[in-house]
Amino acid sequence: MPSTGADEPRLRRLTPEVLTVLVRRGADFAAAEDAVQDALLEAWRSWGTEPPRDPKGWLVTVAWRRYLDATRSEIARRRREDLVDAEPEAGPAAGTDDTLHLYFLCAHPALTPSSAVALTLRAVGGLTTRQIADAYLVPEATMAQRISRAKRTVSEVRMDRPGDVARVLRTLYLVFNEGYSGDVDLAAEAIRLTRQLAAAIDDPEVSGLLALMLLHHARRPARTAADGTLVPLAEQDRSRWDTGAIAEGVAILQLALSRDRLGEFQAQAAIAALHADAPSTGETDWVQVVEWYDELVALTDSPVVRLNRAVAVGEADGPRAGLAALADLDPSLPRFQAVAAHLHERDGDLARAATLYVEAAARASSTAERDHLTKQAARLT
Amino acid sequence: MAKYLMLKHYRGAPAARNDVMMDRWTPEEVTAHIQYMNDFADRLRESGEFVGENALSPEGLWVQYDGEGKPPVTDGPFAETKDLIAGWMIIDVDTPQRAIELAGELSAAPGKDGEPIHEWLEVRPLYGEPSLIED
Repeated sequence: MPSTGADEPRLRRLTPEVLTVLVRRGADFAAAEDAVQDALLEAWRSWGTEPPRDPKGWLVTVAWRRYLDATRSEIARRRREDLVDAEPEAGPAAGTDDTLHLYFLCAHPALTPSSAVALTLRAVGGLTTRQIADAYLVPEATMAQRISRAKRTVSEVRMDRPGDVARVLRTLYLVFNEGYSGDVDLAAEAIRLTRQLAAAIDDPEVSGLLALMLLHHARRPARTAADGTLVPLAEQDRSRWDTGAIAEGVAILQLALSRDRLGEFQAQAAIAALHADAPSTGETDWVQVVEWYDELVALTDSPVVRLNRAVAVGEADGPRAGLAALADLDPSLPRFQAVAAHLHERDGDLARAATLYVEAAARASSTAERDHLTKQAARLT
Repeated sequence: MAKYLMLKHYRGAPAARNDVMMDRWTPEEVTAHIQYMNDFADRLRESGEFVGENALSPEGLWVQYDGEGKPPVTDGPFAETKDLIAGWMIIDVDTPQRAIELAGELSAAPGKDGEPIHEWLEVRPLYGEPSLIED
């Protein structure tokens, strides 16, 4: 990122608004998006410590000029002249509906999850291709291709029809859950984008997702030890949790739940809120946690949810009950052996637990998780 | 989204179906093979799934720490029996099925008589970041 005095978050907040102004003036989405990205880079280069008085007007003007330059061709000329005649000037302010349609477009069902994530981060989040590439540890050229293909895929989609909120939420969830690698804090960015979405649409599930993110984000300072190793929930120093984020998450969740339109993100957030409320694992209201997992199972019927439910049952009703809840599940599920190991350990079968921890370590999907499970096995042998 | 490493072996993989060493191909067959590999990488660049690749020389040494203040011990060249990697490619794909599909495509690279080699490729998931949402 060019280091100028330009206020990056503020600039990026303007991205979807500037983009929708261009699209409403008749620019096609893909070209408009490129032009806005150019304008953002230009702002970073030239604003220095003194941004223009009307940053959005400046961005619209520059982006529009870039768009016209880019579409200068024999075929485009007549259309361009018509557009110039139509006189760009400031135009009506982009409303929340426009921003909302951008979210829908970027999470369109025709896109793969990775394309939807990349396009959302660029067109709604205002991140540069390089920042997104860094965050996902791929070459910039690869990310550029992913984004331009995504734009081609949605280029025929009209922006005036309501989209699928569930897909937007799924996309933002993916951005958040990916965590934080590289310079960009994807979790914080996901929270920002979900907050912006919550302001644009009245839907308790959007609030549920926002609450879920805030409640998990709150644990972040306690989640990693000084040496970088992963600290599981049961061992986290809860005095290091961010109480401000917890309070906000709980308040948002309560308001959402009062609407009586339960969905999976609200239920997940409710579980996170119960953890946030407890001074320790032992003092957690596990009976209520299990009840929320029952709601989640009813809503999603996901095997991963059933696996997490078995952990909660183990805490609420003892390890034997947890193992019984595990019995119907497929051992090929991710983290199955880790959960079984934990329950067998609590049940006193240390040899079995140690063997399962070794198996779990071999099936881990991150080095942090693998190292943690390896140490669990080592502790018991 | 997850990254996978695809490994090509000079030796050590199960035998390919069209198992003829490259030095017994015609120059045209070698060219066709290289072209296929380049086109494959280009397609992945275009689809936004390419992360990196490199071919590896069969030359090399074993190296080992030999204690404080001593130079490392070396041993080589490699014995004929050593499993020997010929090259790697890392891809970033949406599903494990996609990784398998791409490895299958790469294994179809032409060899002797322009026929697919049907070589066995090793496909290995890379570790990612632990997910933030944990309960």
